[in-house]
Amino acid sequence: MTAVTSAAFDGGFRQPVFDAQTTFRAIMDALARPGRRVICRPLATAPAPMSPLMAAVALTLVDPETPVWLDGALAASADVRGWFAFQTGAPMVDQPADAAFAFVVDPARMPPLSAFAQGTPEYPDRSTTLVVSAESVEDTGAVFTGPGIETSVLFDTRPAIPAFAEQWQANRALFPRGVDLLFVAADAIVGLPRSSRLRTG
Amino acid sequence: MYVAVKGGERAIENAHRLLADERRGDRTLPSITLEQIAGQLSLAVDRVMAEGSLFDRDLAALAVKQARGDLIEAIFLIRAYRTTLPRFGATHPIETAAMRVRRRISATFKDLPGGQLLGPTFDYTHRLLDPDLAGDPDLPAPALRPELPTAMPRVTDLLGNEGLIEADPAETGEPVGDLTREPLSFPADRDLRLQGLARGDEGYLLALAYSTQRGYGRTHPFVGEIRMGEVEVEIDVPELGFSVVIGRITVTECQMVNQFKGSAKAPPAFTRGYGLAFGHQERKAMSMALVDRSLRAGELGEDRTAPAQDEEFVLSHCDNVQSTGFVEHLKLPHYVDFQAELDLVRRMRTEVAEKREAAE
Amino acid sequence: MNALPPTAATVAHDTPAYNFAYLDEQTKRMIRRAILKGIAIPGYQVPFASREMPMPYGWGTGGVQVTAAVLGPDDVLKVIDQGADDTTNAVAIRGFFRKTAGVRTTTHTAEATVIQTRHRIPEAPLAEHQILVYQVPIPEPLRFLEPRETETRTMHALEEYGLMHVKLYEDIARHGHIATTYAYPVKVDGRYIMDPSPTPKFDNPKMHRSKALQLFGAGREKRIYAIPPHTDVVSLDFEDHPFKVQTFAQPCALCAAEGVYLDEVLLDDKGGRMFVCSDTDNCEERRAAGHRGALAGDDISRKDRS
Ligand SMILES: [Zn+2]
Repeated sequence: MTAVTSAAFDGGFRQPVFDAQTTFRAIMDALARPGRRVICRPLATAPAPMSPLMAAVALTLVDPETPVWLDGALAASADVRGWFAFQTGAPMVDQPADAAFAFVVDPARMPPLSAFAQGTPEYPDRSTTLVVSAESVEDTGAVFTGPGIETSVLFDTRPAIPAFAEQWQANRALFPRGVDLLFVAADAIVGLPRSSRLRTG
Repeated sequence: MYVAVKGGERAIENAHRLLADERRGDRTLPSITLEQIAGQLSLAVDRVMAEGSLFDRDLAALAVKQARGDLIEAIFLIRAYRTTLPRFGATHPIETAAMRVRRRISATFKDLPGGQLLGPTFDYTHRLLDPDLAGDPDLPAPALRPELPTAMPRVTDLLGNEGLIEADPAETGEPVGDLTREPLSFPADRDLRLQGLARGDEGYLLALAYSTQRGYGRTHPFVGEIRMGEVEVEIDVPELGFSVVIGRITVTECQMVNQFKGSAKAPPAFTRGYGLAFGHQERKAMSMALVDRSLRAGELGEDRTAPAQDEEFVLSHCDNVQSTGFVEHLKLPHYVDFQAELDLVRRMRTEVAEKREAAE
Repeated sequence: MNALPPTAATVAHDTPAYNFAYLDEQTKRMIRRAILKGIAIPGYQVPFASREMPMPYGWGTGGVQVTAAVLGPDDVLKVIDQGADDTTNAVAIRGFFRKTAGVRTTTHTAEATVIQTRHRIPEAPLAEHQILVYQVPIPEPLRFLEPRETETRTMHALEEYGLMHVKLYEDIARHGHIATTYAYPVKVDGRYIMDPSPTPKFDNPKMHRSKALQLFGAGREKRIYAIPPHTDVVSLDFEDHPFKVQTFAQPCALCAAEGVYLDEVLLDDKGGRMFVCSDTDNCEERRAAGHRGALAGDDISRKDRS
């Protein structure tokens, strides 16, 4: 681990009120219309390996009231940790199950979805929202149906989450418990709420 | 030809101008000053601060003036302002044992260290209207102790030394809950219950407290002590590494001492009911203490049978800003729903009439 | 301690400069997080730390907080109450957002990007880019059967909705009808029973697979819930008593519209009455397009009667 550099203090929203609103509408759109690429210009920056759009998503949703979990690649950067502390004030947690938000830049090595907070039957909202990097989003691959989807939608992200189909079916089987995903590409967000069903066969 | 009612905007504007006019009243008389309200209607200001959850006499006085003396409206104004204020941190718990006491009475001991101090009270006044107060009579100067006592031991501490009363709950180090930042869920811990009661409507708590005395969940209370005076408010300043006193506030504290025969869970001992309110709010603090003790029924292994013991009932309905909003919202137009009900009632009446005819 | 308060003038100086759309950013974040959970769990009531708003609880504080959390400078806002843009509370809420957010407002349904409503859904089908925000007084559909939150929360968790069906069936047994005419319960995406807010059940079918995102805010009860676009919203019924909406015997007296919800207006104390569109924008647009009802006359200019 390295010492914090000045990068930790850069990269906040230039117009916090309006930039957060713009980014939020893209996030909301993405979650309300699963599988759709919602274009969102990144309005913030953060130290590598965190992408500018992931930084904007973090600034929009995270604050001292939301425990945050970072994957290994992010946690290894003192600048990223410093950036979260300075820009959001969010408490950092070691256990994925304690997180309100989890940020993942290395999906190939992330913990299973079941390791994150799943909510309770009475309070299924007490679950983790995962914000996951995607180098690319393709409109091929798995077929999803469910709320927010007119008929069905195809999409796939790279790099892939290991055994994603099985994991997602297990996540859906928990409904209303379960986690929600926000895939963040360079200039677009794709949402996958727990309500989305993966069509098989 | 029919023209639908329009012009809501102008109607509202006119109504508010009329309100301002009535608030001002007779313009040949001077407008009442905030100093007069804060100084001479001080208990109204105290209630607005207590239930508005904001210790600020000037703003509370302004709210009373703006609300034309309607205290629930004034509390509402203060709450709506308070919610926009930034939060810098939480204070240390205030130390009421170190209060600069202006009034202190105990119903449980004839005399006690520090003595009984009546202070400014309505108690033992004859409730006879005083025609002199229609004017501005000369008043003799009050007779005060040369030095206000500090560090008067609390009755509950004196009882505690003998182990006769349950111990104060130990500091857990857990952050204290705040129902204005996190939605209340049940069961609620005592910190949240006390916060709800402290902000709760005085009349509502008074009625609930009274109901416990009349047998709806009796708690066998004694006023261990009521004290009123000024306490210091301390806050940690991380930059300095120590805490500083940021001011003094007036509070009224009531500690009820309740008989407790013991249960499967606890040996016989006296138990506590706690009330605390901004300003001089004795009725509020006492009612709060009675209701606090009632809400502890579950924890003490008592049967929960009465309204005052039911935390969901008590806490869901104690906030007068909420209750006045919802009761008064019935004034809003409901004609879409009423139309649906009209249609149903007409249809059902027709069907009943048809059935009756068919039967004849 | 007896230092007297500063004068009114200094108090006025403390008047805060309110943030865009009134709410502070931390509050907006908290509400936005609740909205996202609501969207992810359609029909589930998400608890949120509702703030005290400068308007009374029960008068739209939930809807106002949701609107304030989603609204941006490019939005065009429409506010209706009972279907009308000029009801007093709609006027007051529209004025609030004009003042605190400076957003453009409209009465035209098609022009709006965000529509806040109390008790109605506009007649014209909503489009994909639109958001409908409902003001909700009592978000819990089971509340009138079971007043305790601790109980109803468990019922939702266990999907134990028998009580609701029993209640509706008792209506049928007693009256031959389901005697619920507004706030008629629906099932969302086959899972949660949800209160559509006190809209007449006439509007329930409009929620089903709507293209617009529907958000619900209950300020006093501190709950937010949502229906994403294209989501199944089914009104509860029974095979032998299928769900039916109210029909009106006559068309709108002003624009001759049929199949829309009408307000009954009393004209005198001798039983004279007329029925006119509850959705005032829909009615005006139809009249502008030349439709004439029985009592429309030729002059349809708006007149103030304040
Ligand atoms: Zn019409």
